[in-house]
Amino acid sequence: MSQQSDDLQDLYRELILDHARSPRHFGRLQNATHEAAGINPLCGDKLRLYLQVNADDRIEDTSFEGTGCAISVASASLLTDTIIGQPVAAAEAYFESITRRLTGTEPGDLDEHLGKLRALDGVKEFPSRVKCATLAWHALHSALHNDDQPATTE
Amino acid sequence: MTQPQPQSTAPEEDWRKDFPVLEQSVSGHPLVFLDSAASAQQPQSVIDAVARYHREDHANVHRGVHTLSHRATDAYEGARDKIREFINASSRTEIVLTSGTTESINLVAQSFCRPRVGPGDKILITHLEHHANIVPWQMVCEQTGAELVVAPIDDDGQLEIDALRALMTDDVFILAMGHVSNALGTINPVREIVAEARQRNIPVLVDGAQGVPHMAIDVQDLDCDFYAFSGHKMFGPTGTGVLYGRESLLDAMPPYQGGGDMILEVSFDGTIYNDLPYKFEAGTPNISGVVGLGAAVDYLQSIGMDRIAASEQALHDYMVAALSEIDGIRLIGTARNKASVQSFLLDDIHSHDLGTILDHQGVAIRTGHHCAMPVMTRFGISGTARASVALYNNRDDIDRLVEALGKAQQIFS
Repeated sequence: MSQQSDDLQDLYRELILDHARSPRHFGRLQNATHEAAGINPLCGDKLRLYLQVNADDRIEDTSFEGTGCAISVASASLLTDTIIGQPVAAAEAYFESITRRLTGTEPGDLDEHLGKLRALDGVKEFPSRVKCATLAWHALHSALHNDDQPATTE
Repeated sequence: MTQPQPQSTAPEEDWRKDFPVLEQSVSGHPLVFLDSAASAQQPQSVIDAVARYHREDHANVHRGVHTLSHRATDAYEGARDKIREFINASSRTEIVLTSGTTESINLVAQSFCRPRVGPGDKILITHLEHHANIVPWQMVCEQTGAELVVAPIDDDGQLEIDALRALMTDDVFILAMGHVSNALGTINPVREIVAEARQRNIPVLVDGAQGVPHMAIDVQDLDCDFYAFSGHKMFGPTGTGVLYGRESLLDAMPPYQGGGDMILEVSFDGTIYNDLPYKFEAGTPNISGVVGLGAAVDYLQSIGMDRIAASEQALHDYMVAALSEIDGIRLIGTARNKASVQSFLLDDIHSHDLGTILDHQGVAIRTGHHCAMPVMTRFGISGTARASVALYNNRDDIDRLVEALGKAQQIFS
């Protein structure tokens, strides 16, 4: 039973709750060069991610808007905090790393660089919530590939 | 239809013990199952009936001269007779066995409506409907040029009857409406609405998926033309369902699917279709599932639907009162007449988070849009948490729900 409570505390860490309550970079980004929607068909939650990529392939600015659970909003907020100012290639590497880490296909070698994104680790014990945590990341991937279709986690 | 009589709430525990799945722990807590509106659990008698059928009687139906085929046919057709009696249809030819409510509605949409509607015709539904009673009609409208018209609901989640009445115009080909809303629990005054529709010669399909498990259904008393429901919401197996249809209407409809069992004679020049209800049952059916559904009917009949309805209503009212006392709760769906279901929001906690936190305390509820996105849109929300009670729930379950919600508030405080 205490193990169960620990799992719950691990999922809803203070950092996650903080980003869920006060999401960073929230709202529509004017002058976005890339954008994509992410839809979670299980709950119907939808978010939209905006990127402003400059000529050097660096993400000058980013934001997101939409509704979602604490996990998906916190993950999107952490995403924007992480990739802002980063080269596109680095953002892609984060996408690969975080999706691999949370879906547990293999331990990621890049995990050292994940920093506060490791706060999302708690979802690994909650298979039904992994999709919430990866939704914004799939939207990032779609946005960078100019994919018109909304990203889903299916 | 007799009115439910107030009963002692004592029998609750007697029914609970009939459901073996409830005797387990989830996340280290005794399971509290409050998601029966999504799919209800099965009593031991249903589980046994399906197992016995597989162990002793299985063969294809309506085909063989051998003993097992006779037994399988008797079991399958016996279930049809039980269902006929259960909903008081006048004839067994009016009981079409399907894979569920969804198929039942699609059957009516494609076989009854599609060949006869066109531009200028209207299909009338309500804002309360489950996607299964929206999308099949949208498809018919796309295929034929007919127009989908939606009757509004008020802030309590009740049909606006005057507005519905005004929409029942001469160009309405069919009215399709739910008996009980799966998202909000609203019980619609189906009998009264059908009476008005009949005066205007508008056929009525009732989506009874959430009605059948909770109250006595008499299709002759309701006087509807079609009544669709699912086995798994009424304690039977998944993949089973029923379409009740008025015989004169079913008779005039073309088959929904072609295949074996729905024919009398086939040649390459043409096919003579089988009689009702077999005309609508192409292919080998879900025999074991239907046998289980028959056992579910037996189980419900052995208790009595009026007794179940009275006990459940008392528990529903207890749930609503208990939830109402929680600071920060917003009840979605506050109709005067409700059954089984209460949707709600708690503070600004997303329903998905609530679902996870409750599950970790052994409490199973549904979260999200409940396959009724237009209802959510009507209330300006993306989803709700929904607790639904069935005959095996009791007041302890509701107390556990309230306690678990307190824990969620603590985490998000």
